[in-house]
Amino acid sequence: MSIHEIVLALSLVGFFGYALVSKKRDFVWISSIGILLTLWLKFLGWTGTLQFFGILIEVIIVSAILSYLYRSFLILVLPEKLSKEVSTAPLTAAFGLLMITIYAFVGIFGPALAPYGEAEVIADAFAFRNEEMLLGADQIGRDFFSRLIYGTRNTVGLALAATLAAFLVGTIGGLLAATQGGRLDQIMGRIADVIMSIPSLIFALLLLSILGPKWWVLIIAVGIIYAPRVFRLTRAVAGNIVVMDYIEAAKLRGEKNSYLIRKEILPNVTAPLVAEFGLEFCFVFLLIAGLSFLGLGLQPPTADWGSMVRENATLITYQDSTPLIPAAAIALLTISVNFVVDWVLFRSSGLKE
Amino acid sequence: MSSENEIILDIKGLKIDGFTGEQWLPIVKGVDLQLNKGEVLGLIGESGAGKSTIGAAAMGFSRDGTRVSGGTINFMGTELTTASEGQKRKLWGAKIAYVAQSAAASFNPAHKIIDQHTEAPIHHNLFSKSDSESDAVDLYNRLKLPDPDQIGFRYPHQVSGGQLQRAMTAMAMSCRPDLIIFDEPTTALDVTTQIEVLASIRDIVDQFGTAAIYITHDLAVVAQMADKIKVLLKGEEVEEAPTEKMMKSPKEEYTKSLWAVRSHQRDQKTRPENSDAFLSINSIDASYSNGPKVLDAVSFDIYKGTTVAVVGESGSGKSTAARCITGLLPPSTGKILLDGKELPPNYRDRSKDQLRQTQMIYQMADTALNPKVKVKEIIGRPAEFYEGFTGKDLDNRVDELLELIEMDPGEYRDRLPPELSGGQKQRIGIARALAANPSFIICDEITSALDQLVAEGILKLLDRLQNELDLTYMFITHDLATVRAIADEVVVMQNGKVVEQGPKTEMFTPPHHPYTDLLLSSIVEMDPNWLTTVIEKREGISS
Repeated sequence: MSIHEIVLALSLVGFFGYALVSKKRDFVWISSIGILLTLWLKFLGWTGTLQFFGILIEVIIVSAILSYLYRSFLILVLPEKLSKEVSTAPLTAAFGLLMITIYAFVGIFGPALAPYGEAEVIADAFAFRNEEMLLGADQIGRDFFSRLIYGTRNTVGLALAATLAAFLVGTIGGLLAATQGGRLDQIMGRIADVIMSIPSLIFALLLLSILGPKWWVLIIAVGIIYAPRVFRLTRAVAGNIVVMDYIEAAKLRGEKNSYLIRKEILPNVTAPLVAEFGLEFCFVFLLIAGLSFLGLGLQPPTADWGSMVRENATLITYQDSTPLIPAAAIALLTISVNFVVDWVLFRSSGLKE
Repeated sequence: MSSENEIILDIKGLKIDGFTGEQWLPIVKGVDLQLNKGEVLGLIGESGAGKSTIGAAAMGFSRDGTRVSGGTINFMGTELTTASEGQKRKLWGAKIAYVAQSAAASFNPAHKIIDQHTEAPIHHNLFSKSDSESDAVDLYNRLKLPDPDQIGFRYPHQVSGGQLQRAMTAMAMSCRPDLIIFDEPTTALDVTTQIEVLASIRDIVDQFGTAAIYITHDLAVVAQMADKIKVLLKGEEVEEAPTEKMMKSPKEEYTKSLWAVRSHQRDQKTRPENSDAFLSINSIDASYSNGPKVLDAVSFDIYKGTTVAVVGESGSGKSTAARCITGLLPPSTGKILLDGKELPPNYRDRSKDQLRQTQMIYQMADTALNPKVKVKEIIGRPAEFYEGFTGKDLDNRVDELLELIEMDPGEYRDRLPPELSGGQKQRIGIARALAANPSFIICDEITSALDQLVAEGILKLLDRLQNELDLTYMFITHDLATVRAIADEVVVMQNGKVVEQGPKTEMFTPPHHPYTDLLLSSIVEMDPNWLTTVIEKREGISS
C-alpha cells in the first residue's frame, strides 16, 4: 500500500466518522458509498486510480492548510478595517487570494525568477526535462519553464489592461446613461445592443486581421467587445440608485452631475462592479488565450500561454502533458478569481451587514 | 366572544434567537401565550419587540436567521417545536393560516386571485376545485367585496389594495383554519380603506369562530379587533389583559406611555393678521408626462412660522403638490410665490438661495440617506455647499446641528446610516434640512414609518425647532392624529383638488365637506366599541 492509498483510506473513514457524529444522513451515505467503491477498486487492483484520488485529497488538504495560513497572515498584516473584511472570507476565497498573490508576484518579478531569457534558445527542439530545464524545451529549444513565467506577465497583464479598458468605457457610459437618461441613454443602449449582437470571437478576429495582430489592437478589440456588458450592469445598478430620495435631495440642493456621480452614486455601485470586474477578467482572459491559440494574439517571440499550448500541442500525441501546463495555469487563475468574486458578491449582496 | 374554553394554542416560555452575522442574540426572551377557540389576541409593541417573530413561531415557522432556543409551542395537541416539516406542512394552510402586511407583495402577480385561493384546499384535499371556487365567491360576499362573482377572476394588480387585503383574508379562510395570524394587515392602507378591511376581518373571524392572533403597532386598531391584548417590549411580555380592562386601566408604566402618545397636542398658532403669505400657491395644474391631471387648480397659502398640514388619501395629489413646490415637477399652469417673489417652475432654473430656502424631509429615511456616506458628510454637505463652511468651522457646524436634533456628536458623527435606528435616521434627515439654514421645510409623511413613541419624539423636536428657528412647515400626512397634534392650518385634498382648507379648530368642528367628514370619521379611536358604532352609523345612512 502506498502512502496515497493510506491517505485516501484515512480521509474516507474520517469523513464517515464525522458524518455519524454530526448526524448528517447525506454525508453518511456519500462516505459509505465512497468506502465501498474504494474497497471494490482495491479488489480489482486499480491501484493507479486509488493513488490518483489519494493525491487529489492530499492536494486539497495542503491547499486548505495553505489558504488558512495565508488568511491568518493577511489578518495579521493588513490594517484593521481590511483585516476585518478578510476574516469573513471562506477558505475558497482565501485560496483564491493566495493564488492571485502568487500570480501577481510571478508577473511582477518574472524576469528575476526565470532561469533563462524569454526568447533564448538553449537546447534542441522538444528537448527532454533535465536539471537545468524543469519542464524541458519548446518547439525551437527555448526553456519552457522560463517562458511560462514570462507568459504570466504578458498574458495576465494584457487581460488586465483589456478588462480595465472595457470597464473604463462601460462604467462611464453606464453612469452617464443612468443619470442623464433620455436620448443619450437610448443612443448608448442601442450601440451596446449592436456590439453585443456580433459574435465576439468573429468581431475580434475581424479587427485583428484588419489592423494587424498588435497588442494595442487586442486591448481595443477586447475593450469594445466587453464594454457593453459593463455598461448594462452599471446602468442597471446606477438606475436603482438614481431614483433614491437622497439623489433627489442632492439634485434639489443644486448639486452638479459630476458630484452626483462621484459622491452619491459611485460608492453604491463599487461592490457589484468589483465583482463584475473579476468575472469579466476571466472571460477576457479566456478570449485572449483563445485568440493567441488561433495565432492572432501576442506575436512571437513574446511568451504567451495561449500560443504556448498551440505551438507545443504535438507533444500531446506523445503522451506528454507539458503543453497543458499553461492551460492549467489559465484554469487555476480563472477559478481563483471566481472564488474571490463569489465572496465579494456575497458580501455586497447585503446578506451580511 | 366564544364560550368554549378549549385551548387551541399554548405557548410556554418561548425563546427565539436571531443571528446577527456574528452571534446568536435573543429576540424573544420567554413569552407565554394561550389562545382559546374563537378568541382574538392582539399583540402590540414597537418594531423590534418580537411580535412578528412570535406570530411566525405560533405556526411553527422560524424565519431565516432565527431559531427557537427554548420553550414549547403546542397547537391542538401537536408540539410544533419538534414537529417534522412534513407534519407542519399538513397544518399550514389547512389548520393555521397567515395574512401578511402587504397583500400586494404576497399575491403572485402571474395568477388570478381565485386560482391562488383554491390552491390550498385542493392541495390539502379538502375541496374540489369547483367547490372551492363557489366557496371563494361566498367568502367574497361575506367580506363585502364589490362584484364578488367576478372579482376572483382578476389578477392582483387589477384590484385595489384594500380589496386585495380582503381577498387575502378570504384566502386564509379557504380551508376553514382554526387559527389565523394577521401580521399588520391594515398598516399599509389608507384610513378610509382600513376601516372597511377591519370590519370585514372582524365579522368573518366572528362568523366562523376562528381564533386569531392580530399583530399591530396601532393601539386603537387592536382595541377594535381583539378580545385580549398582550403588550410586548424587547422580546418580553409587559402585560396581558382583556381589552376593556387594558384600555381603561393599564398597569405598567410602558403601557401607559403608549396610551399617552395620542394625547400629545400643541396649541394652535393663529394666522398673523394683515401679513402676506410666506408661500403662496396660485391655482396650479400638474400632470406626469401628458397623463391625466394630478393637480387641478390647487391653491393654498402658508404663513410664516406656522404649520400647514396637507391631508388626503394616497393618490389625492398631496405629494405631487410638494413636488411642484420643490420644482421637481413643473406645474403646467399657475404660479408659486415664495416671500412675494415668483419661483421658477423648474428647480434647475432656481438660484442657489431659492433652493436653500425650501428643504425637504422624506418619508423613508432609509432611502433618503445615502447608506455609504457618513453622518458628518450628509449633514456637512449642505452647510459647505450653501454657507461655505470649511475645515474646522464645518466640523463645529455639524456638531452644532447634531446637538440641535438631540444626538451626541461624539458618538454619531462618524457613523453610517445603516448603523442608526429608524428614528435616528429621520433625525439626521431633519438635520440635513436644517443645515441649509432654510425658512420653509416640507415634511412628507415623515412619521408614518416610525413607531408611535419615536414619532412623537420627532414631532416634539420639530415643534421645538419651529419655535427656536422660526421655521414654516408644510406637513404632508394621511394620519389625522398627527394633524391634530401639530397643525395650525389644514388643507384637505381629494383627487387632485383642494376640498376644504382652514384653521385646525375649524376643521375638527362641523360642518365639513362630506369627504372631510369621511376622513374624520375613519380615525380609529381607542374606544373598543368605536368600530361597531361607526359601521352601524354608515350602514344606517346608506340603507
